[in-house]
Amino acid sequence: MAVLNWEVIWQYLPLYQEAAILTVRLGTAGIALAILIGLICAIVQYFKVPVLRHVVAVYIEISRNTPLLVQLFFLFYGLPKIGIPTNATVCGIAGLAFLGGSYMAEAFRSGLEAIPAIQTESALSLGLSQAQTMRYVILPQAAAVSMPAFMANVIFLLKETSVFSAISLMDLMFTAKDLIGLYYKTTECLFLLVVFYLLILLPVSLLGSLLERRLRHAGFGS
Amino acid sequence: MAVKILAETLLSIEHITKSFGDNTVLDDLSLAVHKGEVIVVVGPSGCGKSTLLRCINALEPIQAGEIRLDGEIIEPNSKNITELRQKVGMVFQSYDLFPHLSVLDNILLAPCKVQKRAKAEVTAEAMTLLERVGLKDKAKSFPRELSGGQKQRVAIVRALCMHPEMLLFDEVTAALDPEMVREVLDVILQLAAQGRTMLIVTHEMQFARAIADRVIFLDGGKILEDAPPEEFFTNPKTDRARQFLHIFEFEAVKHHEPQEL
Ligand SMILES: Nc1ncnc2c1ncn2[C@@H]1O[C@H](COP(=O)(O)OP(=O)(O)OP(=O)(O)O)[C@@H](O)[C@H]1O
Ligand SMILES: [Mg+2]
Repeated sequence: MAVLNWEVIWQYLPLYQEAAILTVRLGTAGIALAILIGLICAIVQYFKVPVLRHVVAVYIEISRNTPLLVQLFFLFYGLPKIGIPTNATVCGIAGLAFLGGSYMAEAFRSGLEAIPAIQTESALSLGLSQAQTMRYVILPQAAAVSMPAFMANVIFLLKETSVFSAISLMDLMFTAKDLIGLYYKTTECLFLLVVFYLLILLPVSLLGSLLERRLRHAGFGS
Repeated sequence: MAVKILAETLLSIEHITKSFGDNTVLDDLSLAVHKGEVIVVVGPSGCGKSTLLRCINALEPIQAGEIRLDGEIIEPNSKNITELRQKVGMVFQSYDLFPHLSVLDNILLAPCKVQKRAKAEVTAEAMTLLERVGLKDKAKSFPRELSGGQKQRVAIVRALCMHPEMLLFDEVTAALDPEMVREVLDVILQLAAQGRTMLIVTHEMQFARAIADRVIFLDGGKILEDAPPEEFFTNPKTDRARQFLHIFEFEAVKHHEPQEL
């Protein structure tokens, strides 16, 4: 492999490591919040909570139909203009949560809606309360249905973190662009970029297919 | 028979009206079910048989009248609705087992989580009942591994384990292959022999005739006939009932014709 200068790679490695940690940290925080937002939205829609369901519907449309980059710019440059101080880290996490919340909501909602009404009714007819029906009957089944979409969202959102560089968060993308701009070691920088993204995403993908296979095995169908 | 007529009223339905929008499905309907009585409800498709059972289990709100079980009003907003529902076991046409739980866990869920009974005690009871319906070896199976008839027998056991005072069956054999109908009906016949109070919706007329203390014919949201089975099947009072029974006779004849092709 004469194309790659391993000395350069060795030298850049610590910088990429640091950037990868930032990507994972912000990604994890953003995704955790997205899951929370998604769950709340999905339950609001499932139970057709008056008023709130419209708020949720508007949020989902805005979130899904604007690019993360625009959402980040809005948070990063827009909020200070109207007097709300922010910093890049908070913006990154908030942006990812704002974007991911709607995707997670859709994944959970489609899971919930896939469970036939008779399941709720037979649980209620046995004397279970609404909450018990949700907890023991509906959610476990809905979670299994949602799993593939959920894992796809996690991977999608982790990839979306590459946009963070635009608000000068020193993530992997930022580091690569920065180093290329400074020293022109393009090949090595891009090589490291790919390797680090794979290091982050491959385990998640593997976990995803593992979970899916497990669920299909324990699978229920009709 | 005489004893049953004198028995106390368990469920009383008084002048209930149920509509979906403009569509009045149950129209000022009244019915009393006595302890130990087996009532079969028949009627044309869409006449409101399922809706009647669903109202009794407060799965549907009613617009007028009241339904009382042991004197207590049943409606979706009753404060003690979960307690009232425990007293009424219901088995649906199909798909009501929880697919993510094993047969045993399906049965244990409500007794353990709702009635807070000890798992060991309920398990013992569940196994006894499963044995009685011929499914002891299926306790660890999942619903998807069972035939339709086996699923329905499990659903019946699941309802029984809550010790209901009354059972509602909504066409529990309608989705089954013909050869499985018998095994489910036999279980229900056993329950009748034990003196259980039951309200059964069915299209199996032979079965209705064999099991019913009273047959109720529902049409146009009203009870048009309420009679002992012999009387209803041999000498129905209304034209509607006669027409309805005629269709079944015709179908019975059709089935016996030699099949061509
Ligand atoms: N959730 C609902 N919303 C609107 N209309 C409904 C609903 N459920 C039932 N209906 C209507 O109520 C009427 C009675 O329905 P129901 O299911 O009780 O009939 P049924 O006697 O059980 O018929 P079948 O023998 O076909 O099961 C039908 O006209 C049906 O269209
Ligand atoms: Mg019906």
